[in-house]
Amino acid sequence: MNFEEHAAKPLLNEAGIETPKGRLVATPREAAAAAEAIGPCVVKAQAPTGKRGKAGGIKLAASPEEAARYAEAILGMVIDGWPIERLLVEAQVPIAREFYAAVLDDTAARNPVVLFSRMGGMDVEEAAERDPDAMRRIPVDINEGLSLEAAKAGLEGLGLDGAEAAVAEVLTKLYALYRKVDAELVEINPLCLTADGKLVALDCKLTLDDAAAPRQEELAKKAAPPKTTALEAEAAAAGLKYIELSGSVGVLANGAGLTMTTMDAITHFGGEPANFLEIGGEAYTKAEVALSILLKNPDIRSLLVNFCGAFARTDVMADGVVKAWKALDPDIPVFFTIHGTGEEEAVALVERELGIKPADLMDDAVRQAVAAAREAAA
Amino acid sequence: MILRKHHKILVQGMTGKQGTFWTEAMIDYGADVVAGVNPRKAGTEHLGRPVFASAREAAAAEPFDVALMFVPPMGARAAAIDACEAGARLIVCLTEHIPSHDVMEMHAAAKASGARIVGPNTAGLVTPGESFAGIMPAFNERVFKPGRVGVISRSGSLGTLLCLNLVQAGMGVSVFYGVGGDPMIGTTPREALQFLDEDEGTDAVVICGEIGGSAEEEAAEYASGMAKPVAAFIAGRASPPGKKMGHAGAIVSGGKGDYASKRRALEAAGVAVADVPSETPGLLKAA
Repeated sequence: MNFEEHAAKPLLNEAGIETPKGRLVATPREAAAAAEAIGPCVVKAQAPTGKRGKAGGIKLAASPEEAARYAEAILGMVIDGWPIERLLVEAQVPIAREFYAAVLDDTAARNPVVLFSRMGGMDVEEAAERDPDAMRRIPVDINEGLSLEAAKAGLEGLGLDGAEAAVAEVLTKLYALYRKVDAELVEINPLCLTADGKLVALDCKLTLDDAAAPRQEELAKKAAPPKTTALEAEAAAAGLKYIELSGSVGVLANGAGLTMTTMDAITHFGGEPANFLEIGGEAYTKAEVALSILLKNPDIRSLLVNFCGAFARTDVMADGVVKAWKALDPDIPVFFTIHGTGEEEAVALVERELGIKPADLMDDAVRQAVAAAREAAA
Repeated sequence: MILRKHHKILVQGMTGKQGTFWTEAMIDYGADVVAGVNPRKAGTEHLGRPVFASAREAAAAEPFDVALMFVPPMGARAAAIDACEAGARLIVCLTEHIPSHDVMEMHAAAKASGARIVGPNTAGLVTPGESFAGIMPAFNERVFKPGRVGVISRSGSLGTLLCLNLVQAGMGVSVFYGVGGDPMIGTTPREALQFLDEDEGTDAVVICGEIGGSAEEEAAEYASGMAKPVAAFIAGRASPPGKKMGHAGAIVSGGKGDYASKRRALEAAGVAVADVPSETPGLLKAA
């Protein structure tokens, strides 16, 4: 779950981290009114992507008229695939220095890590390459948390013009926020040191752990809706992971690994997969609804059903496929390969109800499905 | 650590529907399941085994080596910490979709107690002819014939296919090591590879990897020093970048974790990489 800047910044404020005064607007007229109230401002496109500045979606405006003009230009832009419908109009801040601060899951070390760089702004990674000593990594024991002392020690020798103690405090607050909201990543870039010595977060990127949504219910409602097609959204509502692709061979398999492998095999044998759709894990009982969603893709010319049951019982999944196939009676050929838990019942069911004999080797079923899709296209 | 016949197994969440189905299959297979955990059914018996309120209480009455977790995502942290405190040597965590902060707390608890976590989001461990703990079709002889090839897999379904391919090629499996499809797993493919390298019953190893993370690259580093032949299949060559492919750990982002770099690392280490899983047995025979 990603958050747009305007949704993330109030969380920083709640955590005790300052942000510029701002207002969320949706029209040039509202932008002008906001600028009128705020004074010299920044007009910022709202989208959960880091490419807003380079795409021309962030502009400094000295007057309400200028703010309206920029709002007019930015609204309706598409940045990194996101149509811009709202703007954050924020007060300009007198910048002395720009830092970078983040807390994230260190998946390799299996603990949280705090990142801080004295060179914030754009292209932080490139800056860190030019000046490796600019970036600090402070690993955190999740049971102990981040103490002010540990944060200070992590910043030692960076030369922050006396802002070390204040920065350390921001880092502990940022860490507390990361823990409170189940973040995978919370990032402030830039963290601005103002001319009068205050630290202000000029931007904020926040990604919440999808798996924590059940205990972050209120917060999850404020997340940016994901970029999905209509079918992907329908599948998500049914609790299924579906990704639309550009090929013609439909894929229904159980488990992420097997589904990816099925797509790989289709490509290897000269075809193109039409989708990723897996009904593994707890979703193995959802074969019927999964198939009905998959078949709505008008580009599908053949269907490959590949079940390798471990936890997922192939007899239960095959029953769902047979029911959906009979109800929808699609005008495309279907090929099966079925192994693992419940295999005998599943194979017998498909033979009896659909008159189709599942292939013993996956490669054979894949070759047939690819050939059938090619024939249909010819 | 490889699962052996003599290892005593505690099943956390044994009385649920899936817990019951798979525990029964494990017992039929010969796994030494000694007890179960369910706080609401403590004091009763299930599948002929005593049920306790916690792993700690179970440990006092029925000592065990392995804790197998059939526990929902929001209960996983507490169950894993309970198992650590009860002195489990090995914790097999099947649960998928555990919040990542909880996973980090589980790993911290395991580090403190000296337990090894396998998973989360693993399909479990199978040692054909000896024991199994998890949700793999160990009992299906077309998939799990005892043999000399060790299989390491991030995915249960793909691991099942690989084992099937080995049997179809006239080979068999010494150990199936499901490491899990999550981004933060307790036992990495590299560690599993070392266990299989040291296992006398294993002559060769297959790694079933996936796009995302750097686990295959780390395993390659170990494989370069091995005498036993290693082959691999990496799922996700045809997957688009920037999307989570079902498993939370299977994502290519910022150019990291992509298929090409994994394949390069493995091949540079002398590991033969198959284009489709069915090629894998042939690669082992050729090695």
